[in-house]
Amino acid sequence: MTASQTPNGFALNDSGKRVVVDPVTRIEGHMRCEVNLDDNNVIRNAVSSGTMWRGLEVILKGRDPRDAWAFTERICGVCTGTHALTSVRAVEDALNIQIPENANTIRNIMQLTLQAHDHLVHFYHLHALDWVDVVSALKADPKATSELAQSISSWGKSSPGYFLDIASRLKKFVESGQLGPFANGYWGSPAYKLPPEANLMAVAHYLEALDFQKDIVKIHTIYGGKNPHPNWLVGGVPCAINVDGVGAVGAVNMERLNMVSSIIDRTIEFIEQVYLPDLKAIATFYKDWLYGGGLSGQNVMSYGDIPEHANDRSLNNLLLPHGAIINGNLKEVHEVDLRDVAQIQEFVTHSWYRYDNENAGLHPFQGVTEPRFELGSKTKGTRTNIENLDESAKYSWIKAPRWRGHAMEVGPLARYIIGYAKGIPAIKEPTDKLLTDLGLPVTALFSTLGRTAARGLEAQYCAHLMRHFQDKLVRNIKAGDLTTANTSHWEPATWPKEAKGVGTTEAPRGALGHWVVIKDGKIDNYQCIVPTTWNGSPRDPQGNIGAFEAALMNTQVANAEQPLEILRTLHSFDPCLACSTHIIDKDGKELTKVKVL
Amino acid sequence: MEAPSILILGIGNILWADEGFGVRAVQALQQAYHFPPEVSLLDGGTQGLALIPYVQEAQVLLILDAVDFQLQPGTLAELRDAEVPAYLGAKKMSLHQVSFQEVLALSQLLGGGPKQMLLIGVQPEILEDYGGSLSPAVKRQMRPAMDRVMAYLAEFGIQPEWQPASLSQVNGVEDMDEYERQRPSAEAACRFGDGRFL
Repeated sequence: MTASQTPNGFALNDSGKRVVVDPVTRIEGHMRCEVNLDDNNVIRNAVSSGTMWRGLEVILKGRDPRDAWAFTERICGVCTGTHALTSVRAVEDALNIQIPENANTIRNIMQLTLQAHDHLVHFYHLHALDWVDVVSALKADPKATSELAQSISSWGKSSPGYFLDIASRLKKFVESGQLGPFANGYWGSPAYKLPPEANLMAVAHYLEALDFQKDIVKIHTIYGGKNPHPNWLVGGVPCAINVDGVGAVGAVNMERLNMVSSIIDRTIEFIEQVYLPDLKAIATFYKDWLYGGGLSGQNVMSYGDIPEHANDRSLNNLLLPHGAIINGNLKEVHEVDLRDVAQIQEFVTHSWYRYDNENAGLHPFQGVTEPRFELGSKTKGTRTNIENLDESAKYSWIKAPRWRGHAMEVGPLARYIIGYAKGIPAIKEPTDKLLTDLGLPVTALFSTLGRTAARGLEAQYCAHLMRHFQDKLVRNIKAGDLTTANTSHWEPATWPKEAKGVGTTEAPRGALGHWVVIKDGKIDNYQCIVPTTWNGSPRDPQGNIGAFEAALMNTQVANAEQPLEILRTLHSFDPCLACSTHIIDKDGKELTKVKVL
Repeated sequence: MEAPSILILGIGNILWADEGFGVRAVQALQQAYHFPPEVSLLDGGTQGLALIPYVQEAQVLLILDAVDFQLQPGTLAELRDAEVPAYLGAKKMSLHQVSFQEVLALSQLLGGGPKQMLLIGVQPEILEDYGGSLSPAVKRQMRPAMDRVMAYLAEFGIQPEWQPASLSQVNGVEDMDEYERQRPSAEAACRFGDGRFL
């Protein structure tokens, strides 16, 4: 192949020089990316590969389904709770277990806390450095930085003295030679557009956001009993409510409810006074950088989440919207049925797994996870030291999931496009306001920056929903409802001999599904399709490229030796490969290698 | 003198054989001893940035982990204070060092972080055994590692009470015996992994 057209509308050409980024840093897990650049340094072919195997499905076989959540909580270094929640929902679906209203409310607060926390950490600690030049921040004038900060927000920490202190701490840190989190940056790249003062302000908020984590994770400790691996329970939540209790071990009392409430207030404040103003300020300097749209203008999907009421499966009960949009037709939002074997299928034609029929897709209930590592004939290098992948053969540990045959993008931008298309005011109005303030058309959403903006808007929406559910919980408790769990189906003797279930959540990174088959009280089959499986998907038998690959296409790279633009777009998805592929980095590779061939 | 706040942090993945050593050791400590309030135990799993708030608040940090020291499997080794980050930076040692090094650096940049550190590492024998537990050689080092934790705490005048108690919240993952007992056979669930490393 030199030039070809994919069915999903991308013109591929692999004749130009090949650039390899491996591993991609500031993500969770291991991923590799290869692109071909044309003579003008524009990406004309993109290949994304998950380079570690997950193996979770085989670990769960034969285990007690009531424990599955605790295993799935261990597959990821970031979103432990969202896997656990998806898992208990799958088992409850299989065993037809109804949960109490309080359990639904507390689960929502846990999930929304994760969304707000994860989006904040992603923006400042995993993504900001794609837009913010830390080294340039050292040149900032603290007084001018203070003026800039005060012009965009009423946030208190904005005096010249404060920024002087941050600058000197940063300087000392950099001079001590331990660049730590700031190592491996492409500092000084012409692709950085912010003035030094905006860079310093962003670095200050990077540190404040890090410090703010201390507060926000307390919510998981209070409702989940412990952190960073909170407890979950099939049938409800494992926390007892005892409003009159004073310092009772484990039980949620009034003092703790008040503590959650005050953390929620501070979360809203931090997002509205720091995160969103920063996002807007940074976006102002990058308004013309509208690359990275990929599949977002065509095919997006969300399973929906945050049920207002417990056990109500109707779509309008979900506060994060549900649906699929195909071919960019925003006038029609399709319903997604996760049990329908014709709708969701996973292909392995280009993945390192074995199916009996490699050209057919399998629904997760029939899912098979059998590794088969083999490289195509055009691979350069050896099995243990690959120089160039051969994307015409198998090239990733990520399977290729498809919805009715379409490659889909999932995540905050997908949710916001679907919510926008459905005209949900809490989603549409803030989106329109941000676009108007920046002087951008709606189509600007279909971009890397759109993904980053949707995440910020969603963090704000989720923080306000935390407030809503916390108030609801307190009202319910005051009305005398203290029930948090339904244990009537706890004993396996009460289960059918065979049962199947699906659990879903909208994880910070997008649509997450677990499919479980239970036989004789044990797990017979367990399959996860995680958000990064959708977004990081390799090609399918028809040749459709996945969302990461599509988003990289046609991007102009300023300097092939410092492919900042590639990282910027990949990071905008918040890739999390710990769970989309394998568990842990084995070889501890530290430096990102960029190879231009 | 006020007692310093001490964090005993186990890191690793318990679904990955000897990689689970640090977390298993912390669980065993929690079950066997009653600790005074200035000592916290943390099952850090494979978390990265999420550990910063805990590390930042600790004046003394004790890390338990599986570490490749290039020694005989099951060998325990200790590193102290500046050796911990310095060695972590120089030799790609712990399986999580990339992010844990960042955790220490960022805790410092935030103006907190431990003044004193001890890393108790065990040389792993088996890693590629998905869904597996600790190998016998590594499991035998659980007790000696716990003794070393006690010896280190004694330097700060802390002597936790031996108080074997049953955990209030256990499940098939966090209870090592249950985790091992319920494991399906190798025929039922394959245990090998990434073909490049076999």
